[in-house]
Amino acid sequence: MSSQRSSSRLWPALALPGTAWLLIFFVVPFYAIAAIAFGGTDPLFGSPIPVWNPLQWQFDDLSSVLQRAVTGDLRPVFLRTFAYVGLALAMCIAIGYPVAYYVARLAGRRRGLLLALILAPWWINYLTRMLAWINLLQPDGYVNRSLQWTRLISEPVDWLSGNAYTVVIALAYGYLPFFIVPLFATLDRIDGRLLEASRDLGIGGARTFWHITLPLSRQGLLTASAITVLPMFADYYTNTLVSGSPTTTMVGNQIEFYLLQSQEKGVGASLVLVLSLLLMALMAYYLVSTQRASREAT
Amino acid sequence: MTTVVAPPVEVATATASPSRSWRRRGRRRPWVLATVTWLYVAWSLVPVLIAVQFSFNAGRSRTTWQGASFRWYWGDDFGSVVSDPSLRLALTNSLRLGLLTLLIATPIGTALALGLTRWRGRASRASNSLMLLPLATPEIVMGSALFLVFTNLYTAVPLGRTAQLLGHVTFSISYVVVIVRARLLSIGSEYETAARDLGASPVRAIRTVLIPLLAPSVFAAAMIVFASSMDDFVVSSFLSTDASSVTVPIKLYSGVRTSPTPALNALATLLLMGSVMALLLAWLVLRRLRRGSGNTLDDLGVTDV
Repeated sequence: MSSQRSSSRLWPALALPGTAWLLIFFVVPFYAIAAIAFGGTDPLFGSPIPVWNPLQWQFDDLSSVLQRAVTGDLRPVFLRTFAYVGLALAMCIAIGYPVAYYVARLAGRRRGLLLALILAPWWINYLTRMLAWINLLQPDGYVNRSLQWTRLISEPVDWLSGNAYTVVIALAYGYLPFFIVPLFATLDRIDGRLLEASRDLGIGGARTFWHITLPLSRQGLLTASAITVLPMFADYYTNTLVSGSPTTTMVGNQIEFYLLQSQEKGVGASLVLVLSLLLMALMAYYLVSTQRASREAT
Repeated sequence: MTTVVAPPVEVATATASPSRSWRRRGRRRPWVLATVTWLYVAWSLVPVLIAVQFSFNAGRSRTTWQGASFRWYWGDDFGSVVSDPSLRLALTNSLRLGLLTLLIATPIGTALALGLTRWRGRASRASNSLMLLPLATPEIVMGSALFLVFTNLYTAVPLGRTAQLLGHVTFSISYVVVIVRARLLSIGSEYETAARDLGASPVRAIRTVLIPLLAPSVFAAAMIVFASSMDDFVVSSFLSTDASSVTVPIKLYSGVRTSPTPALNALATLLLMGSVMALLLAWLVLRRLRRGSGNTLDDLGVTDV
């Protein structure tokens, strides 16, 4: 009897430190974003004054940020972010789907090898991968040299200052591994007998793909897209590294600028809130789908 | 580096289901797909290999190969990783941060996994959702939140190495929970119940039965925490103040545009070797654990970059 009672207290006690940690270092910090965004500004120093009581919140910063985003100077920044992320996602699908499909349908030793090669970039530091490309894209780097050697260009191209193509390709390059792996996991689970049945009934490869493979992989495609789009929307370092120009600024760059390099932290905090609201639906979808996946796995 | 965790990846081994039968059924090889795949693999990995190669460049250039040497690792008197104090500091900062994060996040996460798996009720479900949230939160949002809370509320902790450690533990706990819980669920509660029926107290049942069964996955989780902490850029960068709290990823980020010598490539190569070693260890331990059960890939699809 006493053992029963102590056991019913044991499990919550084990969960307590972790839960408390997350409350202190995850929930409260989130609240701090709101307290700064809806707080005041010191008239003398221009530094932010957090307001912790929600009843005293002022929404000046947020409404000015929203206004700037809809009609003002932040409008091109938001539109550009959507355009870059959309194009990079399209690249991820165009390259990632065939790769995931091929590896999932492959048998034998080559499958293991390819799987390892596809997982490898997950564990190579993101900045290392960007650094690698920055070396290649230098004016006298391998890319310009080989393009000049093949006579495709006569002068070296300046890839690394304000080139929108470079930013989009760099985003796709950076996040493709995170797209391929979850999609692969879904494609790999598709029952091959369905595809064989379709073939045995004389249905061609294209139609089999369209009517069977694609619908069955919809879930994985959505999860993979959420996994890649979430960090891409919030990315600022890729942009700074491969462009660093105001002509390619994204929302993440603005957040980094206002929070770390300016005094207007309230504007930065409001931008974080706007971005979080934009991404909320995606985050919720991602959480629900991971939970479903882990339930299915067990 | 991205704080994303894939749903547990379950992959059958190469022995394969009847589906993988392209060749056996005499269908033509899908050479378009094969070409795309191999081109992708080359595109994704060759630049990194070239960057590693240039860390051994004998000259100053990161674009022209001038012969092999170790000068950017230790030979050069001023610019090598060993002799340049800022590069050396970045390396020790990253290693220390990774190690301390591992030491704090692994026990907290393991305990949380145990608690959440066995404890039922509304509070448990709430705690579970709370644990999952950091996995879906974009890094810049988490970085901003931690930056604002340390500069405005938790002012007793100044920005710098302590704040970085607290931030890293925060995003690492969820990884540990996800990995350890997957193993807990596959163990089931029978062993524990048996121990209890034989008279063991709940704590004793955990210590003598569950912990040994969980050990490999706890170890794997610790290695993944170490690798992802060393890889993290955004949270470290938001919580860094001056040169004393610069980590390797921060150094890579700032060095690319300011001081580009192959020493930067050498630093990146060392970081790469660190994560590869941690993950290789995790993989070996998990493979030993799963031998015979048919799953090779398991939840190693979990990360953060």
